[in-house]
Amino acid sequence: MAVSLVKSFLEPPIDVLEILRYAGQKEKTSELDGIITECLEEAKPYLTYKVCYAYLPCEVNGVEVMLGEKKLSSISLSKNLAGCEQAVIFSSTIGIGIDRLIEKYKAIAPLKSLIMHAIGVERIESLANSFCAYIKKELALEGKKIRPRFSAGYGDFKVENQKLFFEYLESTKLLGLTLNDSYLMSPSKSVTAIVGIYDCEGKEQAQGCKACVLKDCEYRR
Amino acid sequence: MDIRNYLKNNLLYLDGGMGTLLQAKGLKAGELPERWNLTHPEIITEIHKNYYDAGSNVVSTNTFGANILKFDEAELEEIIRCAVVNAKRARNESKSNQPKWIALDIGPTGKMLAPYGELQFESAVEVFKRTVELGVKYGVDLVIIETISDAYETKAALLATKEVTSLPVLVSNAYGENGTLMTGASPKSMVALIEGMGADALGVNCSFGPSILAPICREYLKYASIPVLLKPNAGLPKVINGDTKYDISANQFALECKALVEEGVRVVGGCCGTTPSYIEELTTLTSGLKAKDIVPKNHTLISSYAKAVEIGNNQVTLIGERINPTGKKLLREALKNGDYDYVLKEGVQQEERGAHVLDVNVGIPEIDEKEVLTRVVKELQAVIPLPLQIDTSNPIAMESALRVYNGKALVNSVNGKEESMSAVFPLVKKYGGVVVALTLDENGIPQTAEERVKIAYKIIERAKEYGIDKKDIIVDPLALTISADKSAGVETLKAIEMLTAKGIKTSLGVSNVSFGLPMRDYVNSTFFALAMEKGLSAGIINPNSVEMLKAYYTFSALRGRDENFDKYISFVQNLSNVATTVVAPQKGVNEALDGGTPLMHAIIKGLKESASEEVDRLLKERTPLEIINGEIIPALDIVGNAYERGGVYLPGLLLSADTSKVAFEKIKSVVPQGGADKGIFVIATVKGDIHDIGKNIVKLLLENYGFKVIDLGKDVPPESIVKAVKEHHAPLCGLSALMTTTVPSMEETIKQLRKEAPWCKIVVGGAVMTKEYASKIGADRYCKDAMETVRYAEEITK
Repeated sequence: MAVSLVKSFLEPPIDVLEILRYAGQKEKTSELDGIITECLEEAKPYLTYKVCYAYLPCEVNGVEVMLGEKKLSSISLSKNLAGCEQAVIFSSTIGIGIDRLIEKYKAIAPLKSLIMHAIGVERIESLANSFCAYIKKELALEGKKIRPRFSAGYGDFKVENQKLFFEYLESTKLLGLTLNDSYLMSPSKSVTAIVGIYDCEGKEQAQGCKACVLKDCEYRR
Repeated sequence: MDIRNYLKNNLLYLDGGMGTLLQAKGLKAGELPERWNLTHPEIITEIHKNYYDAGSNVVSTNTFGANILKFDEAELEEIIRCAVVNAKRARNESKSNQPKWIALDIGPTGKMLAPYGELQFESAVEVFKRTVELGVKYGVDLVIIETISDAYETKAALLATKEVTSLPVLVSNAYGENGTLMTGASPKSMVALIEGMGADALGVNCSFGPSILAPICREYLKYASIPVLLKPNAGLPKVINGDTKYDISANQFALECKALVEEGVRVVGGCCGTTPSYIEELTTLTSGLKAKDIVPKNHTLISSYAKAVEIGNNQVTLIGERINPTGKKLLREALKNGDYDYVLKEGVQQEERGAHVLDVNVGIPEIDEKEVLTRVVKELQAVIPLPLQIDTSNPIAMESALRVYNGKALVNSVNGKEESMSAVFPLVKKYGGVVVALTLDENGIPQTAEERVKIAYKIIERAKEYGIDKKDIIVDPLALTISADKSAGVETLKAIEMLTAKGIKTSLGVSNVSFGLPMRDYVNSTFFALAMEKGLSAGIINPNSVEMLKAYYTFSALRGRDENFDKYISFVQNLSNVATTVVAPQKGVNEALDGGTPLMHAIIKGLKESASEEVDRLLKERTPLEIINGEIIPALDIVGNAYERGGVYLPGLLLSADTSKVAFEKIKSVVPQGGADKGIFVIATVKGDIHDIGKNIVKLLLENYGFKVIDLGKDVPPESIVKAVKEHHAPLCGLSALMTTTVPSMEETIKQLRKEAPWCKIVVGGAVMTKEYASKIGADRYCKDAMETVRYAEEITK
């Protein structure tokens, strides 16, 4: 087992359009700007941007993936990691503060609760993206590229695999992240994922919604 | 030798890392290191022995994650037994001659405590207890609670230890780089909590190297009157030539630790990445140092999950008095009906108005005070970062509330009666707390200041016998009504002055003084100002009263306690600020506005204040039901229809729903029985699931449409849902699940409901749900959103 690395990020740039999208506002509007600003101001002091991660060897054989010491079976994951000999696995969280704010407003200002939730989703997604961008830059120096991040619950890669990120990484100790028996994480605004690493000659893959099999998803772009 | 005695005059050396050494010896990912006590005893013993040889006084057993959540009963016992055997063997084999002890090592459970996880506080206490019982059974000398990054879990572990054993206990937490625990607690608040509960030493471990932990360490040294512990990592792990290594050498580690030992750290060792050579370097480098004396501090601290509030120290603490049902009809109703949202609202509002502490009193005869007080404390501490003042005369309710309280509470109150002191002091001693002492005794309230001060002394002396320090007592010399005795105010002020001169902190329920007089705020605020001038440390006041806040902010400014007048200026600015109103996205509803009434208009556009004013006006000419059915529901329908067509989105729907809730509340505050009643809807997020934002939106909409919603919350077991449906004979039950992994518990709930409550229609929703999935698990209906659920509920109850 490898030692987990840990890295804190500065606040990633805030994307208000994404916040609106996660709040279910499908058309652009400036009418919610005031409340979003208010919520962001309240939430910011409570947000942390922490990631813990480790590099693992990986090998794909058909639908089976050998990741570190573990054998995983998933068509989607094997596609994602095809051609990769190494992967980064990471867990990340923006902390429990946002959960308290969602809870605080659920009864006294439901719209604020929804906006806080949307802010939380936008922030954790941005953090995961920032981390991947950081890894991408680091690896470029070695002439390597990365695959789109891949989480438990994507395609046929079962949610139960969430436990991997607690076995390979000291997520609880380093981030205060916990996993319950239904494989839900707390703090709720947390992301874990595997990022395949390949040599530059390998071919790039579709990213984001384009790569996803869930065609009728509410949030599909 | 007794470790407590040894600690009085000596530095105590702990051991270094265990996990990192085991990883180097081949521990695999997902393999539980505690099992190595059984499978690789020689490796564990050798590591312990190497630490003793390096000069450690204390080695910690390899039991970081040894708890009943990870191992079954028999294996847990065997692991702890072997862990202690390994440590004992190491102690026997080591030839070094320093005094040696064995500590039972306790780390976090790995589960988040409720409400943000599923582990209930009391279950966490039980988990830790089992581990401590086994450690004690097999003969450890002390307990170390370490690396927990949550105040509440730390409290559970410490409480469990104290309830099992009188062995010494050291408590160490893991901080983030922002200088707080992962769940928000500051070092000062942790000192309040841990010292208050009677730990033998406290401090910080893991996360970073010594110099980065130094500022946190200094906070501990500043506030703690017990030994401070430091157990840092060997810096941070870095990848060097493909290998992951910690970036601080043994020598640098020892030098940085030494600097902090010179500042007063008493107990020192290493955490991740440190090895016996680090400890050897540390013990060698500090061997000539004389342990710095520990000076008792005089800070009166209370705390919440996040922050500490210091009482006294040239500041007046504002204790919000609004959560107290005396004379408050709506709060009484809310407590009787279990409407905790109302209580929460009162709490948040007082926080926004600048209260530093919230008083919590639920004393009404119609309820079970223990149960309700405990629940209110849990609800408030889940979201409000202010410390609470537990206000009750019922010792059973007091204990229950203090037990679940996430921090060191202010306890209101004890008095000079023997009966009161013997009931309250043991609780304060056990759970920690600062206690408000009322200057009255078996003979009632003395007339004169001198006699009240005498009772205060008596209480302080008596507290000392229980091991409660003077700094943890605030005296309330009692404000009596001036209209009954015109010298009452003067005597109270005199008592404050006398107590302050003796270095005793004071608190006052200010409002009593004006009883029976008109415009009481005028009298109260002047009295408050006079009391502050005499040295009052804390006032129990109404933060909604502008007069009281005026007195407070102007006093602080005039007394030179308000740097740059920031607080005063922000108070004045907030006074003149008109509440900002958000305008709902109105596309798709504009056409409907033309024919609408002003109330409909307000609801559609999300204008809460106009809605409230409009209801006020309408109530003079119409019945509540006419307003609801004639205006509120039609307005909601317009927004709801637009939402279903895609012209209004979720934020707009919520805003209108929230606005109509304001309208409903207005109606209820004037005509309590004025609401509509379309039927009872039991709603819950199923067991295992801790996400409930969707469920909360459904609840809000249903309430808007006149349904009585019994909200059971999240992570609700099937049995509780069945029980509620039967109890209320609810025609409808709504279940929510976020993930595939929680659908089985939804299915189980439906199965039980079908058997026990066949009349009940079941509607399901949530991110993973589909129509097909819903019928497969036996639900009556899948609804994709809140509006669809409302439509279905109306159809069923028609």
